[in-house]
Amino acid sequence: MHESNLLSLLIILPTLGAAIIGLAPRNDEWARRIALAFTLLVFVVSLPLWFLFDTSTHEMQFVTRVSWIPAFNVNYAVGVDGISVLLVLLTTLITPLCVLCSWKAIDARVKEYMMAILIMEAALIGVFVSLDLLLFFVFWEAELIPMFLIIGVWGGHRRVYAALKFFLYTMVGSLPMLVAILALYFVGGETFDIQELSKGSYSAMFQFWVFWAFFLGFAIKVPMFPFHTWLPDAHVEAPTAGSVMLASVMLKLGTYGFLRFCLPITPDASHAFAPVILALSLIAIIWGSYMALVQTDLKKLVAYSSVGHMGFVTLGIFVFNPQGIEGALLQMVNHGITTGALFLMVGMIYERTHSRLISDCGGLRMTVPIYVTLLAIFSFASFGLPGTNSFVGEFLVLVGSFKSNLLAGAIALVGVVLTVAYMLWMLQRVVWGESTRKDDVVVTDLNGREIATLMPLLALVFWIGFNPEPFIVRMRVSVEHLLLEVSPVRGARNAVGLNEIALPPKPGSQHAAVANFVAASRTTPADLCLALPCQISNRKQTL
Amino acid sequence: MNFVISDLLPVLPEVFVLTMACVILIADLLIRQNDRLVTYMLVQLTLLGCSLIIVGTHENGVVYAFHNMFVDDLMSDILKLFTCLALSMMLVYSRLYLTVRDLFTGEFMVLVLFAMLGMMVMISANHFLTLYLGLELLSLSLYTLVALKRDSSQSIEAAMKYFVLGALASSLLLYGMSMLYGATGTLELGAVTQAIQSGVADKNLLVFGLVFVVSGLAFKLGVVPFHMWVPDVYQGAPTAITMLIGSAPKLSAFAFVARILVEGLQPLVQHWSGMLIILAIASMALGNISAIAQTNIKRMFAYSTITHMGFMLLGLLSGNIEGYGASMFYTVVYVLMSLGAFGMIMLLSREGFEADTLDDFKGLSRRSPWLAFLMLLLMFSMAGVPPTVGFYAKFSVLNAVVQTGHIWLAVIAVLFSLVGAFYYLRIVKLMYFDAPESHTPIAIDSDAALLLSVNCLGVLLLGLLPNALMSACSASVQLSLLLH
Repeated sequence: MHESNLLSLLIILPTLGAAIIGLAPRNDEWARRIALAFTLLVFVVSLPLWFLFDTSTHEMQFVTRVSWIPAFNVNYAVGVDGISVLLVLLTTLITPLCVLCSWKAIDARVKEYMMAILIMEAALIGVFVSLDLLLFFVFWEAELIPMFLIIGVWGGHRRVYAALKFFLYTMVGSLPMLVAILALYFVGGETFDIQELSKGSYSAMFQFWVFWAFFLGFAIKVPMFPFHTWLPDAHVEAPTAGSVMLASVMLKLGTYGFLRFCLPITPDASHAFAPVILALSLIAIIWGSYMALVQTDLKKLVAYSSVGHMGFVTLGIFVFNPQGIEGALLQMVNHGITTGALFLMVGMIYERTHSRLISDCGGLRMTVPIYVTLLAIFSFASFGLPGTNSFVGEFLVLVGSFKSNLLAGAIALVGVVLTVAYMLWMLQRVVWGESTRKDDVVVTDLNGREIATLMPLLALVFWIGFNPEPFIVRMRVSVEHLLLEVSPVRGARNAVGLNEIALPPKPGSQHAAVANFVAASRTTPADLCLALPCQISNRKQTL
Repeated sequence: MNFVISDLLPVLPEVFVLTMACVILIADLLIRQNDRLVTYMLVQLTLLGCSLIIVGTHENGVVYAFHNMFVDDLMSDILKLFTCLALSMMLVYSRLYLTVRDLFTGEFMVLVLFAMLGMMVMISANHFLTLYLGLELLSLSLYTLVALKRDSSQSIEAAMKYFVLGALASSLLLYGMSMLYGATGTLELGAVTQAIQSGVADKNLLVFGLVFVVSGLAFKLGVVPFHMWVPDVYQGAPTAITMLIGSAPKLSAFAFVARILVEGLQPLVQHWSGMLIILAIASMALGNISAIAQTNIKRMFAYSTITHMGFMLLGLLSGNIEGYGASMFYTVVYVLMSLGAFGMIMLLSREGFEADTLDDFKGLSRRSPWLAFLMLLLMFSMAGVPPTVGFYAKFSVLNAVVQTGHIWLAVIAVLFSLVGAFYYLRIVKLMYFDAPESHTPIAIDSDAALLLSVNCLGVLLLGLLPNALMSACSASVQLSLLLH
């Protein structure tokens, strides 16, 4: 295992930046500069993750492991593999852009705002790199506090409602997860180590409970239909940087959680409930797209498009083949880039017109050519025009879905068409449409700072669009390993109790696992409640 | 009855506190009201001296004194040290608050010392009579302290309620103890355990006695359905006294419950853990839900105390050593948070003005960003959100509950924590999202403000490095409660 303190540095540096801003005397200009300097520094420090990443192994890299709470065998353990490395880089890239886009938009309590952004960056990176379940949970919850404040203090008219809804929704999901983590701790042999826990095999009943407890937490975060109702409120009320952080990074925590926990720790349950999740993903794709189609608020439109796009990601994850999961991972990054860019652009036009209504932003083609050009490019990227990043991701996800489930692929294809429809219609109304804006509102074109904010994202759109290989190669080995862990072979092995005997993959074995679950789900909930404690005490006796 | 001189070493801290209380009582007569700071410094020195004696006389292992009526072990030493710390912090927080209200008097400080003596006796008791003696010394001091503001009808009413219900609880406890005595023929905790284990004791009588003992304990802890006095007393008493009631006595209450149930009645664990489950669930439900409806922050914290005590019981009822350690950790953490919260209320109060409604916290982040940040830390800690120490307190208790297999209980506990998160978040919302109603500047240059900063940052720091306190609690419980 490759040892390094790099990842700890990525968590400490933003915290240090926040502390410096906090201790320095109140000066808005300097708070902005220090925040920008630290976020850029974090980005530069994170670059070795791209260049020194070893693409030939699925093992964790850049690992640091220090004992933290020996009483509960909790370690401060961080590391990245092909699943998390791109998400860490995405976080370090997006945060400086968030600071830049708030330069003029935030003029009240700048000091606190920049501190919140920096603390949030540290916590988000922490979630992606944690190798210990409890550490993961600590970061997972800690990241809520700054986001709660960003929405609630610097948000729009209904900010208090949106902030409370955001916080309580996420808490509803994460508290059952805490109980599941504790149950895993005892059943898995008194350890919180994610890799150790992924190696264990658990009974169907136990997997059932753990899977759904984790599922609730992650599904609310993604958000999957029908848990998505907090998202439009949070997005619309949050300031631009909050929306960008939320869409680009925070939503990925949920899908990352599926890949890191649900699939390896509860493979049988993941297989058994894949049809449910595929159905929910397809509903999210169609429903999100339809909702986006009818929005008159530009920000809400982008928010609902997120629901649809994240549907593609969960679809790709739960078809269990390399194309699907690689596509899902790439699509997570792509969504971070394009939706982040779209939220930035919505924020920029809002600063000028002070309205998010599409009709108030209509007919911009003559006045702001640079803005319109960039908006068009990012909209095309969002619905996956060939040559842009989302095309590669969506294509891979669709290939994966067709491979495993023809119907799912076909329905997802309808979603793609709908995405094209609402994006083009939005573009048409903004570029050529009638404007209802008052005559005295002068819309100026983008300034240098704003163009600089968008340029890195523009470059990535075409880089991934034309040459996705460097990105895919970084995830390939880890995805293959993940598929091995979640394969029906392992599921069947667990089911019949033949340990360490590699059975040849046979088509029926997956169905065996499914049948187990059908039997399990017929038992009453009371039986299941009784069964779980017994299992824990049995496990304790064997230890 | 003859005393052995070696018996005096374990009780040296208590002897010292009693002596100093009497000395201060007399010395205070000679001190004019304007020089009351001298008395205050004497009390602080007593607390410091007491902590030094506790550390100095610490011995490894368990030492019994006075024919096994008194015990000195690691758990009692740690709890006594935290009691000294909590009382010392309470005095710093309340000095200014009491001075401007003309309550900063000698009798206040002497009564605090007597209450402290009661707590220390409770913590070290190994005999039903010693336990009861300590409890009554504490309770009588507290009844008087609640009525300290003689001209306030609210305080007098609270003191009356507290006294009547407290006396009722004491009599329940005594009744239960007499039944246990009838069944086992002894009042000493270790001997009670042996008598029950030997099987000679009448089971029905034992369980009947247990019901009364648990009811009495529940009254003193203030858990549902014996919680009625808590909101009225918390709201009616002067904030300094509310802080006193809500902090240090919880430590001795933990010791009290642990000594009686775990040391004395461990063989009846099946019976009492069932009772505690009902008390815990009812407290978490009623405490959390009623707290939402409150507009007075002291009353809200009263209901929050009920909830926290219910949560603390979860650790005890799991009936294993991890659970007892988790409960102790939870209690210590709760005391730290509670001191900070009431310290904040007193800091915001001025002459003739009590900052005790929720609206007084509106827009605090604009009036004083630093205080708002400290309160934010406290609220997230009480709600149990990492990386504050409140999370680890909840975590270690849940850990013990899951370990015993009561998954459903853990699920109920986290669901009610969610309800609790709502009203703690509401304070954060008031401080950060709302506009201030008053623009009176807040002075934050006093010793109390400095202590508050240390207190709240401690909540964060303990959250980042919780190991030391956690292992101290579990080690002390392991040494003290499992030796027989």
